[in-house]
Amino acid sequence: MANYSTNEFRSGLKVMLDGDPCSIVENEFVKPGKGQAFNRVRLRNLKTGRVWERTFKSGESLEGADVMDCDMQYLYTDGEHWHFMEPDTFEQHQADEKVVGETAKWLREQDTVVVTLYNGAPLAVAAPNHVELEIVDTDPGLKGDTAQGGTKPATLSTGAVVKVPLFLNIGEIIKVDTRTGEYLSRA
Amino acid sequence: MSNWQPTATIDTLRLRAKLLASVRQFFEMRDVLEVDVPVLSDTGVTDLHIDCLQTLVSGEVRYLQSSPEYFMKRLLASGSGPIYYLGRAFRDGENGCRHNPEFTMLEWYQTGWDEHQLMREVAALLSELGISAQPQRLAYGELFKRVTGLNPHTVDLADLQEMASSLSGNDFSNEGRSTCLDLIFSLSVEPCLSDGMVFVYDYPACQAALARLDKDQQGHLIARRFEVFLNRVELANGYYELVDPVEQQSRFDADLALRHAAGKPAAPVDKELLAAMEAGLPACSGVALGIDRLLMQLLGATDIAAVMPFGAVGTSCG
Repeated sequence: MANYSTNEFRSGLKVMLDGDPCSIVENEFVKPGKGQAFNRVRLRNLKTGRVWERTFKSGESLEGADVMDCDMQYLYTDGEHWHFMEPDTFEQHQADEKVVGETAKWLREQDTVVVTLYNGAPLAVAAPNHVELEIVDTDPGLKGDTAQGGTKPATLSTGAVVKVPLFLNIGEIIKVDTRTGEYLSRA
Repeated sequence: MSNWQPTATIDTLRLRAKLLASVRQFFEMRDVLEVDVPVLSDTGVTDLHIDCLQTLVSGEVRYLQSSPEYFMKRLLASGSGPIYYLGRAFRDGENGCRHNPEFTMLEWYQTGWDEHQLMREVAALLSELGISAQPQRLAYGELFKRVTGLNPHTVDLADLQEMASSLSGNDFSNEGRSTCLDLIFSLSVEPCLSDGMVFVYDYPACQAALARLDKDQQGHLIARRFEVFLNRVELANGYYELVDPVEQQSRFDADLALRHAAGKPAAPVDKELLAAMEAGLPACSGVALGIDRLLMQLLGATDIAAVMPFGAVGTSCG
C-alpha cells in the first residue's frame, strides 16, 4: 500500500497504526508561528471501534490500509458464521461473531448491508440505518391505546428485542433505527 | 460546476477593508511609516520550520517572502525610523483552519524600544481595533511550570521527551528540546490560557529565532521574545531584535545545520541583511501580527477562508 503524509490525511482515509487498520476522523494542523508544525489526528480503530488521538510531526507518514466498504447481500447464518455475497461477482464471504457483533440482531436474509473488507476479509458489518422487521412475539395489543406513552418489549424476526407502543401486535411490520435500537413507526 | 464564489461574504470583506483602514490610521497617528517592501527576493529564510514558496523570474529562482523582516531591517539600518508593513506573506505547507499558504501580515518596528514597550503598543492597537479585554502578561517559564510542573529552562531533555511522547501518543524520545517544548505548549499549555489578550514573554533560549538572548531575574538564559494570544489563538510574535551581525551569522549557520540534518534544502543566507547589520541596525523591537486571525477572532470565525476573499484551494479545515 501507498504511504500517506500528514498533509494528505483526510477524513475517511484508511491507514495502518500500531498494526491495526484505522479510519481518519479528523486532522487538525497545529503550528506555532516559529516552531515545529504538528498534525493532531483522531483515528477510529476499525477493529475495536475505539477512537485514538495522536499527534504527528507534519510531514510524517503512515502506511495506507487495504480497507474497502462493499455493499453485500446477507445470505444466512449457520450459527457460527454469517454469510454474505457480493452482488456483482457472487463471491461469498463469511464473518464470525467477533466481526458481526451487535449487528447480527438486525440482519434479515436478502437485505443489503455494508461489509468492510480488510486485506480481503470481513472486518466489520454495518446494518442499514433503518430496517423493517416483523414482530414475532409481544403481549397482546391494547385497542385504542394510540396516544398514551406506554411501551412493551417486542421480539422481532431477527431476534432483536425493541420497545414498541402498546397498540402493536404480533405479525405487524415495524421500522427500527439500528443505531439506537429504537422503534420509529409502523412500516 | 466549479466553485467560483468567494469564501468570505461581502459583508465580511467590508469589515476586512475597514480593519485594514483602521490599522493604517493607527500608525499614521503615531508617525509610523508604511513601507511596501518587495514580496520577491533572491533569498528566503534559513528557519528550520518555515518553507518559502519559490518561483522563477526570468529563469532565476526567487523566493516569496515569509515575512518582510529582512527588507524592513535594511530600511531600519538606513535610518527609516519606525516603520510598518501591511501586506501579503507566504509560507509553503501551511494549510488548516488557521493557516493559509498566503496570508496578510502586519509587521512593525519601533526603534529604541524594548519588547515590553512594544507589547504595550500591541495592546493599544488591539484595543483600538475592538478587542476589549484587559491584557494579561505571563513569563513563558512561569506559565509552562504552572501547567506542566516543569521548568522549561532547566528541565532535562529526557523529561520533556517523556511528556511529549505521552501527550502525542507517539515516540518523541529522539526529538530535540524545541520540538518537545512546541508540542507540550501547543497541546497542553495553550488550551489553558485565559480568554482575551495574553502576552507571553521571555521564551526559552532554544526558541530565540531573531531575538536577543538575556538572563531573566532567576538567572535563566532566555530569549527576549514574546507572543500574543487572543482567546488561546496565537496572533503575533515579537522580538527585542538581535542587532549583532556576528551572532546573526552564527544563528544562520546553526539553522542551516538543522535544515541539513532534517533533510531540507539549504536556503541561501541573506547577505544584504548581514551587511546592513554590519553597517548598524539600531536597537529596536519588532512584531508580526496575523491580520486574518485577528479578523477571525473579531467575527468568531473558525475557518480562515471565511475571512479571506478567496481561501486557498485544497485547504483542509476540519
